[in-house]
Amino acid sequence: MLNAKIPAGPLDSKWKNYKATCKLVNPANKRKLEVIVVGTGLAGASAAASLGELGYKVKAFCFQDSPRRAHSIAAQGGINAAKNYQNDGDSTYRLFYDTIKGGDYRAREGNVYRLAEVSASIIDQCVAQGVPFAREYGGLLSNRSFGGTQVQRTFYAAGQTGQQLLIGAYQALERQVALGNVKMYNRHEMLEVVVIDGKARGIICRNLITGELERHFGHAVLLCSGGYGNVFYLSTNAMGSNVTAAWKAHKKGAYFGNPCFTQIHPTCIPVSGDHQSKLTLMSESLRNDGRIWVPKKQGDNRKSIEIPEEERDYYLERRYPAFGNLVPRDVASRAAKERCDAGYGVGTSKQAVYLDFADAIKRYGHIEAGKQGLDHASDDEMIKMGKEVVKEKYGNLFDMYEKITGENPYEMPMRIYPAVHYTMGGLWVDYELMTNIPGLYALGEANFSDHGANRLGASALMQGLADGYFVIPYTIGNYLADEIRTANIPTSHPAFEAAEKEVSDRINKLMSIKGSQTVESFHKRLGKIMWDKCGMARNSEGLKQAISEIQQLKKEFWSDVKIPGEISEMNPELDKANRVADFIELGELMCLDALQREESCGGHFREESQTEEGEALRHDDKFMYVSAWELKGDSQWELHKETLDYEVVKPSQRSYK
Amino acid sequence: MEHKNINVKLKVWRQKNGNANGGFEMYDANDISTEMSFLEMFDVLNERLIREGKDPIAFDHDCREGICGMCSMFINGRPHGPWQGTTTCQLHMRAFNDGDTITVEPWRANAFPVLKDLMVDRSAFDRIIQAGGYISVNTGNAVDGNALPIEKDKADLAFANAACIGCGACVAACKNSSAMLFLSAKVTHLSLLPQGAPERKTRAINMIAQMDKEGFGACTNTGACEAVCPKEISITNIARLNQEYLLAGLTS
Ligand SMILES: Cc1cc2nc3c(=O)[nH]c(=O)nc-3n(C[C@H](O)[C@H](O)[C@H](O)COP(=O)(O)OP(=O)(O)OC[C@H]3O[C@@H](n4cnc5c(N)ncnc54)[C@H](O)[C@@H]3O)c2cc1C
Ligand code: SF4
Ligand code: FES
Repeated sequence: MLNAKIPAGPLDSKWKNYKATCKLVNPANKRKLEVIVVGTGLAGASAAASLGELGYKVKAFCFQDSPRRAHSIAAQGGINAAKNYQNDGDSTYRLFYDTIKGGDYRAREGNVYRLAEVSASIIDQCVAQGVPFAREYGGLLSNRSFGGTQVQRTFYAAGQTGQQLLIGAYQALERQVALGNVKMYNRHEMLEVVVIDGKARGIICRNLITGELERHFGHAVLLCSGGYGNVFYLSTNAMGSNVTAAWKAHKKGAYFGNPCFTQIHPTCIPVSGDHQSKLTLMSESLRNDGRIWVPKKQGDNRKSIEIPEEERDYYLERRYPAFGNLVPRDVASRAAKERCDAGYGVGTSKQAVYLDFADAIKRYGHIEAGKQGLDHASDDEMIKMGKEVVKEKYGNLFDMYEKITGENPYEMPMRIYPAVHYTMGGLWVDYELMTNIPGLYALGEANFSDHGANRLGASALMQGLADGYFVIPYTIGNYLADEIRTANIPTSHPAFEAAEKEVSDRINKLMSIKGSQTVESFHKRLGKIMWDKCGMARNSEGLKQAISEIQQLKKEFWSDVKIPGEISEMNPELDKANRVADFIELGELMCLDALQREESCGGHFREESQTEEGEALRHDDKFMYVSAWELKGDSQWELHKETLDYEVVKPSQRSYK
Repeated sequence: MEHKNINVKLKVWRQKNGNANGGFEMYDANDISTEMSFLEMFDVLNERLIREGKDPIAFDHDCREGICGMCSMFINGRPHGPWQGTTTCQLHMRAFNDGDTITVEPWRANAFPVLKDLMVDRSAFDRIIQAGGYISVNTGNAVDGNALPIEKDKADLAFANAACIGCGACVAACKNSSAMLFLSAKVTHLSLLPQGAPERKTRAINMIAQMDKEGFGACTNTGACEAVCPKEISITNIARLNQEYLLAGLTS
């Protein structure tokens, strides 16, 4: 059965005890052990660099042309750490508690406590690498607050925190490449896990430039391949983000944890038309200063600035006075949907709400005038000063908004709407980040581990780097210590041969269909089914329909997809087809999981399970477990339940009122 | 924002692979909404090419938010096209008029060989970083983040340079194909910070040596790089880099 391997003992000594007692590999043996790292985002780059430093022989893979381009680069708002530099009452316990509560009591206490515990070291490590976090005039690190919490614990680098953290990890990785400890394979896509005698021993990947298939051996394989939000077609993820690596592992027997837990981010630029290829996030940090509203009148067609103050409904402040605009993402997203569905939406599509900085600009202008002793500053002067302050804080986001929409957010409110953003679900892993296949690990967004049913802002970067810098270097040793006698397995081994054949058979099959519909058109259709029926609100009937529609789509895909070009050359459409085929299968599992979980929790909102006021209603008596799905055959899965025991925190219905 | 549909003609560089000869081909892109991004226009065109049984145009892209540095089109003679401080993926069709002919080429530089159509190989940039674009600190070796206060001005300037996305537009714009703007951004980022100080000398020397080895040209200060850099990295860094280099040479 599922064993999460949580160490015994009190919460705050589990990790310490683990580290003190886990097995170690001596330096001479480390040099003989090879580790494969698939993905070089924050999780993969930090893991590959750290393992290289320790002396393991590492091979790292990514599908972009450089590890520096992984999707992590796009993270904007910040990274949490329980440093309590602001002296506002933060602590390891409080970060742990906020994360557990934010996740709506569907995460493991042991994992989350460890995450909070190592968070402070992440900041130290990044500063030492030269990550230029924002600083105060005194030269010390600056913090901001983020949704779902009441302390300021978020470290940031303007609106480019992910970029700066990834560049730090990338540079550490390239240093190991230069030292010969890591070999980097860019433009390579992993398409199969090789399992020998029940243990993960390597991968098959496609060289995306030549189309050749390659075999790579490793004593252990780490999947750090990111999240699967693109199953919805439109999301804030990078275009290439995909589920393929994780899905191949799933097909080889790895359980998939909580697949239906997806996060819909409340502040994204709304869809403008059919041509839309992705959605752009406007960082959550904007909710610190921006106020969200819609007109009080349904179908109000006036311009935003023509609607007087008393005719505006600041619905988050109205519904949730304690947290106001800073409620967690799932709550803010559903509230926006509720207003738009009720006919209060704005803009041409009516699928948008306003995010307004007019008050913040005034407020900051006032403060600036005070600072500079300008008692008689005119309103215009104050607004000018206020705009400067807002520009310093959010300039790059405002510019991005203007480039995309052609509207100036300093002069009129932004239009925003929720969009798919993050996937809490992923490969099931134990405390050591190992899947149920020995030697196969999953790190970062690719695993399901720490965020329960909803992730708090600025916690994904923290988790990715915690996994890569501070967890895997210990836990992998505990496994590899028993592998020191395993000689490298030659890639001529029948298991490698069979795995490669599976991949090439599938590619041949895809290319031989020569149908009439493009890969993109299938992806769009899948996305629409998922968004309509497995998106912000779900119900039993819709999910059942979605499952049969997806099964139908899958048949159509495998009989009518049209892929141009050849196999043995660079062929981006073929790569996309491989990914979309996996997304289709994943989509079905997500709907199945959503159907099975007859409760609302975090990002998973079942319409059948809500309070009278329309808030999410959990059923701890029935669903206090992780759903780990095992693939049994075509469209067939078996559910394994990992019961969640809360020893320290007492689960309660979340309230942000 | 007002928007409309326009028709444009595209003159696009097609090249089957690194060994093949390439050439321009013309395409009509009709009914293009001015709300589309430049790459979305390519998506629409590629969908049509596939349906017509033709080979779609290969181009690099990923984040489509101007941050990953993957997109790289040379548009009407200018890397990333007409908008100041903007990557190809953030360029929108509002920038063009009905009836325009738009020429699209890959980055051209010996150190960036073409892989297919508009895609080039920029791994030379990774190798320049490998030569010294880092601070040598192993995981677990760090002191408390606030143990080392850094003046805000310096931290901000380091950040401004760390914002380089490694796209290579600077190289593509330069008649000598010099990588000095890219390199100077990294050297400036790291040398402004106290953590980066111990490796200052070797960093500048080794990174420049690698740049030369990769076949990038010398800098003759024409400023074309700065003008097209989507992150508006300042050319004054190149002077700082030269200083670092000289200093390193004098004292070692
Ligand atoms: C727009 C945006 C803003 C965000 N802002 C924040 C924020 O402010 N704070 C926060 O905490 N979180 C934020 N997040 C979430 C966070 O960025 C991600 O969850 C996190 O960066 C994921 O990191 P990762 O290392 O797990 O995966 P990724 O960074 O997605 O990396 C995946 C890697 O796997 C590789 N890969 C994938 N499949 C394969 C394959 N088959 N073969 C080979 N390689 C493969 C890719 O090449 C890549 O290197 C944001 C997310 C988005 C979309
Ligand atoms: S310096 Fe500017 S143009 Fe050159 S790689 Fe960096 S971001 Fe691109
Ligand atoms: S696609 Fe990432 S910068 Fe353009």
